[in-house]
Amino acid sequence: MSDIPGDLYYTRTHEWVRPEEDGTFTVGITHHAQELLGDLVFVELPEVGAEMGAGDDCAVVESVKAASDVYCPVAGEVVAVNEALADEPEIINRDAFGDGWIFRLRPEDRGSVEDLLGPEAYAELIAEEEH
Amino acid sequence: MLIFEHSRPGRANGAQMADGAAADLADIPAEFLRQDTPPLPEVSEMQVVRHYTRLSQKNFSIDTHFYPLGSCTMKYNPRACNSLASLPGFVDRHPHAPDNLSQGIMACLYELQDMLRHVTGMRAVSLAPMAGAQGEFAGVAMIRAYHDARGDTARNEILVPDAAHGTNPATATMCGYRVREIPTDAQGDVDLAALREAVGPQTAGIMLTNPSTLGVFERHIEEIATTVHEAGGLLYYDGANLNAILGKVKPGDMGFDVIHINLHKTFSTPHGGGGPGAGPVGVGERLLPYLPVPMVARAESGEYYWLTEKERPETMGRLSAFGGNMGILLRAWIYARMLGAEGMERVADFATLNANYLMTRLREAGFDVAFPERRATHEFIVTLRRQEKELGVTAMDFAKRLLDYGFHAPTTYFPLLVPECLLIEPTETEAREELDAFVEAMKGILQEARTNVEELKTAPHTMPVRRLDDVRAAKELDLRWQAKDNGG
Repeated sequence: MSDIPGDLYYTRTHEWVRPEEDGTFTVGITHHAQELLGDLVFVELPEVGAEMGAGDDCAVVESVKAASDVYCPVAGEVVAVNEALADEPEIINRDAFGDGWIFRLRPEDRGSVEDLLGPEAYAELIAEEEH
Repeated sequence: MLIFEHSRPGRANGAQMADGAAADLADIPAEFLRQDTPPLPEVSEMQVVRHYTRLSQKNFSIDTHFYPLGSCTMKYNPRACNSLASLPGFVDRHPHAPDNLSQGIMACLYELQDMLRHVTGMRAVSLAPMAGAQGEFAGVAMIRAYHDARGDTARNEILVPDAAHGTNPATATMCGYRVREIPTDAQGDVDLAALREAVGPQTAGIMLTNPSTLGVFERHIEEIATTVHEAGGLLYYDGANLNAILGKVKPGDMGFDVIHINLHKTFSTPHGGGGPGAGPVGVGERLLPYLPVPMVARAESGEYYWLTEKERPETMGRLSAFGGNMGILLRAWIYARMLGAEGMERVADFATLNANYLMTRLREAGFDVAFPERRATHEFIVTLRRQEKELGVTAMDFAKRLLDYGFHAPTTYFPLLVPECLLIEPTETEAREELDAFVEAMKGILQEARTNVEELKTAPHTMPVRRLDDVRAAKELDLRWQAKDNGG
């Protein structure tokens, strides 16, 4: 499963989370999610400083097919957003897990990430949905 | 080529010019008079005729092609509706004409209110909203007015199933509500457990389409109504798919408090092109005082008169300067009168029969449907996920290739819940031969996917344009023509 990096955490709604060394979490949408959406044409970023609850809709990704909400995986405060996406949303299509990150969050509780799916569980979820 | 690009200085057609002297401009203050002439195209009569005839020939329309665009109900618009609504007595009436000179048209509107009320099972109907979107807005604004009037102002959330039309969350947001999405279960019904968890003192209401955009009837509608009502919320019926149940099942009986009706779908008024439209709203007991004005009432003497803010002080207000889009309302009234109550049932019968026939034949032809164990309503979903995996062809490829076969494409990639989907709605106005021809086209395309995939991937081949650059169109949309030399 090369499409699902082993060092990330995942949500049932196809976001990924990477805990960084400085205590923040980086959040994006998965390669699988961008595949389903197709060519992205617009990304609405959250505001830096916004307080998000787990499951809150915090960003919008719009493709030629659909507009979808991005849900905040865990509660926390937005500390950075990927400004490059404003001009080039297609970065997410190109590199969903890398340059295509959407925002960075200072989590209320760093342990909250353990409630999310691991790579195996996420792979199973996709397999189930494929069924 | 645009008509402007045919233009040559000085070219004109005197026979089509307005006669008489130039208008007297003395009354208009100088600062409002334009200094230069507008950049209109200068063309001959024949150029105009050819230009627009060619454009009309490029059009894919219900008058020329089968148009199975799911959730849009692209049915045939009988010509009689148009010709009767164009009678001079209707067309020449001034909107300020007094009631005593407008009894005929008011009788038509009164009757339309009444027929829509009966067929939806609501207490009263207002014809005022001038489009489906405005009908939705009026509906949710009435829900807000109801809660406000009771001092129940903490309700700030509208529930919307994830299979809903995109307009529903947009409307709720427009009316100042937060939107909470309710998931769908594996059978295509609203997830009742999730709904029970979601309702509470914050619930203003739920917006539902029944049958849903998944092409199935919501079987738990009674439980949904009870759950939402017990929490103090109201039920909003999106009339988008009313064609499936017309005259058979009434939204009022399902427990809905408010409904909007897309006359351009179910009642066969002209469709698309940005209007004019009409989106009448019907309400149950709770929302009766808040209906938008004006409405038509009938006095004991038999005379018709307008109900305005004066007679209905709690109304949510006016949505237009006059009485709605009368020309559209008239067409719907004529259509409803031609059908009668029995005819309306036949609409639902044949819309559903056609959809189930087409679904069954496409399954036999090797296509997968999204909910194989469910009976289709007036529409159904084909998913091409298997073909995408096995053959590398997508729903978009099929949609584009269908154009070459002489069929308008079904709705693609909606609802969002089903990957690689085509949402197919044949409507009741298609004959069996047309449905069979569509099946043959789909079989032909599936065969191409196996043997000549390049042909499919590069379709359409017979249209004025090939594959358009959707990404560029979305990011750099430019619809404005500008003259090259003088800048217009």
